[in-house]
Amino acid sequence: MKKQITACGDWILDRLAMDKVWNQHMAQYYAPKNFNFWYFFGSLALLVLVNQIVTGIFLTMNYKPDAKLAFDSVEYIMRDVPWGWLIRYMHSTGASAFFIVVYLHMFRGIMYGSFKQPRELIWIFGMLIFFALMAEAFTGYLLPWGQMSYWGAQVIISLFSAIPIIGDDLSLWIRGDFVIADATLNRFFAFHVIAVPLVILLLVFLHIVALHEVGSNNPDGIEIKANKDKQGIPLDGIPFHPYYSVKDIVGVGVFLFFFAAIIFYAPDMGGYFLEHDNFVPADPLKTPEHIAPVWYFTPYYAILRAVPDKFAGVIAMGASVFVLCLLPWLDRSPVKSIRYRGGIYKKALFLFVVSFLSLGYLGTQPATDTAILMTRIFTVIYFAFFLLMPIYTRWEKVKPVPTRLTEQPSLEERIPAIVDTFNEVTVKKSITTAEGDTVIKLRPNPSGIVTVLIRFLKKLKASLD
Amino acid sequence: MNNEGVDTSKRQFLTSALTVVGAVGTGYLAVPFLSQMQPSSKAMAAGAPVEVDISKLESGQLLRVAWRGKPVWILNRPQRMLKILDNMDAFLEDPSSNESIQPESSKNAVRSIKPEIFIAVGLCTHLGCSPTFRPEVAPPDLGDDWEGGFFCPCHGSKFDLAGRVYRSVPAPTNLEIPPYRYITDTQIIIGEDTAVEESA
Amino acid sequence: MKKILSLILLLLSFNIFASTGAELHEADVDVSDSDSLLRGAKNYVDYCLGCHSAKYIRYKRIAMDLGVEENKILDNIAPFEAGIYDPMLTAMNGHDAAKWFGTQPPDLSLIARSRGADWIYSYLKSFYKDDSRAIGTNNLIFEDVGMPNVLWKLQGIQKPIYKTINGREVISNLVMETQGTLSSKEFDRFANDLTNFLVYVGEPTQLERQSIGKYVLFFLLMFIVIGYLLKREYWKDIH
Repeated sequence: MKKQITACGDWILDRLAMDKVWNQHMAQYYAPKNFNFWYFFGSLALLVLVNQIVTGIFLTMNYKPDAKLAFDSVEYIMRDVPWGWLIRYMHSTGASAFFIVVYLHMFRGIMYGSFKQPRELIWIFGMLIFFALMAEAFTGYLLPWGQMSYWGAQVIISLFSAIPIIGDDLSLWIRGDFVIADATLNRFFAFHVIAVPLVILLLVFLHIVALHEVGSNNPDGIEIKANKDKQGIPLDGIPFHPYYSVKDIVGVGVFLFFFAAIIFYAPDMGGYFLEHDNFVPADPLKTPEHIAPVWYFTPYYAILRAVPDKFAGVIAMGASVFVLCLLPWLDRSPVKSIRYRGGIYKKALFLFVVSFLSLGYLGTQPATDTAILMTRIFTVIYFAFFLLMPIYTRWEKVKPVPTRLTEQPSLEERIPAIVDTFNEVTVKKSITTAEGDTVIKLRPNPSGIVTVLIRFLKKLKASLD
Repeated sequence: MNNEGVDTSKRQFLTSALTVVGAVGTGYLAVPFLSQMQPSSKAMAAGAPVEVDISKLESGQLLRVAWRGKPVWILNRPQRMLKILDNMDAFLEDPSSNESIQPESSKNAVRSIKPEIFIAVGLCTHLGCSPTFRPEVAPPDLGDDWEGGFFCPCHGSKFDLAGRVYRSVPAPTNLEIPPYRYITDTQIIIGEDTAVEESA
Repeated sequence: MKKILSLILLLLSFNIFASTGAELHEADVDVSDSDSLLRGAKNYVDYCLGCHSAKYIRYKRIAMDLGVEENKILDNIAPFEAGIYDPMLTAMNGHDAAKWFGTQPPDLSLIARSRGADWIYSYLKSFYKDDSRAIGTNNLIFEDVGMPNVLWKLQGIQKPIYKTINGREVISNLVMETQGTLSSKEFDRFANDLTNFLVYVGEPTQLERQSIGKYVLFFLLMFIVIGYLLKREYWKDIH
């Protein structure tokens, strides 16, 4: 019996060399041995993609892409379809999780210079995935046909009308009607469930093939292929399988823990993952009082609002995303990793992160005068990070780069320090309950918090030099 | 890399443990996905028991109603039809309905609670076409032996006036009798069994 | 772990409901309190269903979720002639309603998800006498609302107290002019039950969702621990 199975397996492998593929991409793919926390997000992005595809397929079984039926069909899924609520929440939470994971993945690339030569093409494919993901999220957000779906799409499609000469005709063509209507919903459905996902899958394939050709970067930004043993295996490399497959499984577990916590206990995340106004059916005659895109688009939306001219605003918004594609050529530093860069780049990156997060927050807020002023300041910082990069990266003094990977304390080695910090910021207090029992409860400790904060800021300042 | 002192059995054990936990998790995760394809509450509501008033059903007349989207026949059989049923056994595959689906209350020679009122799901047990009602005796296309009954146009299955299947036709069993009960003499509820009423 | 989790969720659960300016009263929502939900359902049918449907919920679902016999729901709560499989539909014709109130009364199945519990609770308590309007009442939370105060017999009639801020007269608070048939405490409970019911109707699966969540998280914790032990075992090779 066993013989027959082996023979059958060999028959297949002679015709389809899955073993070679496995070796090339898993068992004999050598990855640097010093991957840290930031290296989980690539595999997690893949996991979320699978989640979105599987839950999406099951949602289409009950969703109706029809302006008259769409809203009802979503509520039908939430109430009448067995377990429909779970599948829908997995999909809606997955959308936000996708962006969280992808943003962290991109930040990792910026931090360790993973976009730099010879990995420019990986970065470009990654950016294309990001564009496709934005298109996917945007078309998907129209489908529930709530007020935010409707007016969000209305605003975004109107952006195209800012383009001179062809603008109005272009936005009309995208909508297929004079306003967002049934035709728009129907075509967005087609894009969301089949067209864009196919593009994303193709790009993910290219992203990984390109990565495995040149090999992964690492937190030290050193090419491990420069130091090989006699068999031609990088001295600082370890086979992806089993070492990173078992490590990524832990990452998957931790990610799923938070993912499940949101799905089961806070699926609308206080209105950030599922907006409150989207529980009101689309009404073409009435715009909600406060309209903001979903959180993952708010930084670009804030940049749009920062510019007082319609067309220029659209250009600025487009440029804010597109400029990321140019990173491999804007960065002139001889070193990849932030660990060996000078203080200027570190400070610039820090300011960039602060401005990105602030723009994200400001994009959710009503456009008051102060908000607009702040938005403008952060928009300037945002663009300055990129546009001044050729200057400051060439100019600044970098640290010497070692030839072999360095060792940093791992996450588990840091646990005692984290526990200490937790004990420092909390204090045990005995509290008398309404029933008269005394219980010991953890309460925040203000003085501890202050000392920890000061220490953190000092550390931050030191790490920015 | 250093492969000395590797505890292979511990690795084996942990790998199996993680595989088992992962498999159980995947199994549980599959449940929502598979069961979401079950009929929804809306389908269940649409498939709720149906009340039928038969006070205006004349002798010899067939009434069609929908229950769970399926055609259900209600036939008021005159004495002539009931008499024929006694002499059919020789032609039938399963004359006493041992292999067929029906509630206990209809498992008798005439396959109904009240002999006159015959109720059945109007779908052929072969491949689900709805047979036509052919009450006439010995029509040219069905031959001289035809005593009235139901004829399936799809694959030629024949059933008598109690929905019992003829021999040597494709359909394997008699027509299904749905659960039903009488609320009053002329009010029937289809989809609820008499047995449910008694146990409740 | 649970503590850390709830802390994180607490930090993240800041609300971004559209604010109306007026301060909201806090509703005491507990969708596991089926007595309150039943009272709320009864209140809804008696006082709201005349105009407002809740078309995404069926009477059968209410009976099932609250663990009440179907007959009891039909006899005590559902309007006359409603079937157990029926959704909570209003008998009022939308076209007429639009003529009477200027706008069609909205379906309230999802009001708790779009407005939030506190808003509903405060709205119900914030009607006041306003002779300048044709319907004779106004609402502090929802200015110039088309809906009259259908609960005035229970609550009584409130009148506004004004104060002047920056030269403009604004309402500072409402005081009871004539007490209704319920004491103010009883009325608060009435409004709270109704709010609670609407929160339940907004997402009938929420109790099920939370009760399953514990097991999923516990399971994932187990998965993480075994996965971590496996990782540590393999990574002994590397240094």
